[in-house]
Amino acid sequence: MKERSKGRATPLDRLLLAPYSVWAVIFILVPLAFVAYYAFTDNNFRFTADNIVKFFTASSEVEGREVRTYLLIFWRSLKLAVISTVVCLLLGYPMAFIIARARPRVQKTLITLVMIPMWMNFLIRTYAWMTILQDTGILNGLLGAVGLGRMHIIGTESAVVIGMVYDYIPYMIMPIYSVMAKMDVRLIEAAHDLGCNNMNTLRRVIFPLSIPGVLSGINMVLIPSISTFYISQKLGNGKFFLIGDAIEGQYVANNLHFAAAIAFIMMIVLLAAMALLRKLADRSVEGGV
Amino acid sequence: MADRLIQLENIHKDYGGKTVLNNINLYVRDKEFVTLLGPSGCGKTTTLRIIGGFESPSAGVVYFDGKDITSLPAHKRQVNTVFQRYALFPHLNIFDNIAFGPRIAKQPEKQIRERVDEMLRMVNLTGYEKASPLQLSGGEQQRVAIARALINHPRVLLLDEPLSALDLKLRKEMQRELKAIQQRVGITFVFVTHDQEEALTMSDTVVVMNKGSIQQIGTPTDIYNEPKNAFVADFIGESNILDGVMLEDKLVRFSGHTFTCVDSGFDRKEPVDVVVRPEDVDIVSEEKGMLRGAVTSVIFMGVHYEIIVDVGGFKWMIQTTDYVAEGANIGLYIEPDAIHIMKKSEYSGLYGDYSLDVDPDALDSISSEEEAESEQAK
Amino acid sequence: MKRASRIYTALIMLFLFAPIVILLIFSFNETKSLSVFSGFSLKWYRELLRDRDTLGAVRNTLVLAVSASLISTVMGTAAAVGMHKLRSKWYRAALDTVTNIPMINPDIITGISLMLMFVFVGRFFGLATSLSFWTMLLAHITFCLPYVILQVLPKLRQMDPALPEAARDLGCTPLQAFFKAELPEIMPGIVTGLIMAFTLSLDDFVISYFTQGNGFQTLPIRIYSMTKKTVTPKMYALATIIFFVILTLLLISNLTDQDDGEKHKAKKN
Repeated sequence: MKERSKGRATPLDRLLLAPYSVWAVIFILVPLAFVAYYAFTDNNFRFTADNIVKFFTASSEVEGREVRTYLLIFWRSLKLAVISTVVCLLLGYPMAFIIARARPRVQKTLITLVMIPMWMNFLIRTYAWMTILQDTGILNGLLGAVGLGRMHIIGTESAVVIGMVYDYIPYMIMPIYSVMAKMDVRLIEAAHDLGCNNMNTLRRVIFPLSIPGVLSGINMVLIPSISTFYISQKLGNGKFFLIGDAIEGQYVANNLHFAAAIAFIMMIVLLAAMALLRKLADRSVEGGV
Repeated sequence: MADRLIQLENIHKDYGGKTVLNNINLYVRDKEFVTLLGPSGCGKTTTLRIIGGFESPSAGVVYFDGKDITSLPAHKRQVNTVFQRYALFPHLNIFDNIAFGPRIAKQPEKQIRERVDEMLRMVNLTGYEKASPLQLSGGEQQRVAIARALINHPRVLLLDEPLSALDLKLRKEMQRELKAIQQRVGITFVFVTHDQEEALTMSDTVVVMNKGSIQQIGTPTDIYNEPKNAFVADFIGESNILDGVMLEDKLVRFSGHTFTCVDSGFDRKEPVDVVVRPEDVDIVSEEKGMLRGAVTSVIFMGVHYEIIVDVGGFKWMIQTTDYVAEGANIGLYIEPDAIHIMKKSEYSGLYGDYSLDVDPDALDSISSEEEAESEQAK
Repeated sequence: MKRASRIYTALIMLFLFAPIVILLIFSFNETKSLSVFSGFSLKWYRELLRDRDTLGAVRNTLVLAVSASLISTVMGTAAAVGMHKLRSKWYRAALDTVTNIPMINPDIITGISLMLMFVFVGRFFGLATSLSFWTMLLAHITFCLPYVILQVLPKLRQMDPALPEAARDLGCTPLQAFFKAELPEIMPGIVTGLIMAFTLSLDDFVISYFTQGNGFQTLPIRIYSMTKKTVTPKMYALATIIFFVILTLLLISNLTDQDDGEKHKAKKN
């Protein structure tokens, strides 16, 4: 049945596929090869591992202590990205759940509302937070007005996390919502039928079934927040160099080979992380939750 | 009252201004097999969901064992459901699916293990503990769903068209098995189906529904032999339904002939609907017949022939084991106890003439679809 | 919804919309302040309309988004049709993997990788700078393509495979069968793909940032350079206008969707 339905790829079909096949090789695969090529060569395109070595060994002094500059940056990126992802999950999961349980019309409105900020350019969104969090900004104005005193937020890691959560939380809500909305209502009714109250239903049926959405949400938040280079510049006052800032900085300074080396290492780490996530997803689908 | 385990009193249900249940009154006795039977959209599933606690009625009261449970949530009712297409949890294996209810009830794990084993034995699925529901065939999923419900010792098992997804042979098998299980565990089953044969073979009591109202409640024999109106007569088996006039007790006139019958208690000259089952008409020679007509079609059905006879414009369906040639003129002979008299109802004149041999419901839905489409075109 | 749900929803919405509302309000501020509202004025809107660089960037963005989305939609649809019929397993798997790369790779890597290639090729031909509108267009087509393919492929899979066969049976040539039977079936996917490609291209900053050159600026890049220096509420005026354009488009698409929904309901009854 499957064989028959697919039919045979006619010469016409092969012709249709040809431009994209060529394009994908030239503009997707070859550029990635260039990242590796630049990462392992010097300015005269002679082979060298110096750029990679530099990433692991370059050091500088911070607060009187000797630190490995790029390893520290990488660690910081990872830490802030993980924190942001966890916050997105904790805030976004209940929101997705509430939306998926609402009446269809309300569902549609709420999902549109969640998506609207996504359609604003993230530069503008981030900048808006900068004006809110500034020492002389609106938040401090409000806090002062109610007599709570001012808080110094801008330029701290918290500010960067707020920015990331704000920019990426829709990417967490959407996939979780869409898995929950597609969930068979009868499974939830069956849980009630078998004696579950709402809490038990959530824990034993809804949550396990929503894991694919959760994993894809984690994926969609973790990757952009680990590689961002604008949020940290605006909300971290440039002090909180993230790995994306490092790449951008090297690009601006025209150190393309070192920029490529950082990008190369980041790519390898992300690939490993994603393989791990996929393994988790497979295991959860197999029913070993 | 004592043996009425479930009682529905004046139940109404509206969905956005549309009435789906209209004044449902019904009781179910302990250990009874009750079937809610009717065409799709008749309200049978809604009734079942109200008993299960998944819907609340717009008006009316649900009693369970004499107590008002109208607003009791599903998980607190002593009732379990076998869902249409089963609703097995895809993230749990068969064992965990069946153990779901006892685990929620926090029974000791050792006892759960024993109970699940016992259930798996009962539904003939020993050895499937580790399988995923997605690997099972429809019939096997069905058995798991029954085991998952029965392990909780419900007083009542609700079954929502549980056999509709199975093929004919498997369905027959499961009908027998379900009935056997019901007798073995000795609890009440409330079963929903649109298949009249299924309803007749399995049930102690059949509740025939249409358009949100109960048409008739009775034993399968009652429903078949003494249908209350043209809808029931037509929905349960084949029927010739004719316009008639009750002349006096036990004397009815239809098709231009006066027949003796066994019914009484009607007004003199009261117009009535007359039902004659196709298998109750005897074919005799023209001169011996009470009615005379020409055979317009003959279809071989295996055990019998189904022939259509034109009697003065009304087409009768007759089932007979003797072959009759198409075009032959024959006589019809009807015994008094083969004639069943019904009061006129909103369904009079809609059913029971085989002129078109098309279900008026089907015609209805075709024309309304056309209307909707032409409306859209505008 | 229960009370707790309502409160929670309200708080999340406050978090999502507070920054946008603040932008909106301060775009009408009389003074430059971003924290004290001193009076209503349209001054910043007037200034925005006089800003040739920004207006030029708007035009550039639209030109780029229209060309990138059209080209990627045509090429992507063709690719999806070809991929759907592909029987060679390894070719199929290879294409699937490669198509996924731009979607899972961080934008910064896609941007850097393309930039490195463009620079290398440019240098090979002895050009001082190879980055321009054209490199940006190539980059935008590249990251739009997977999204188009991903919208069209499922529609092809849902389609009854007998449809093109029926068309051929009724006398169509394979080409006619494609245009008369297949294309109308997958059209919704193509349109969604086109819209997605258009908005992705419109919104992209990171990849554009690395592949830009020769003074060709898109709106996000313009915003980036504006926010590098001290910002005037002029940018807020721009954000406000963008917000209302998006809102209008979303409302229109929502309303048309709802009409469809109601029609379906009518048909069912």
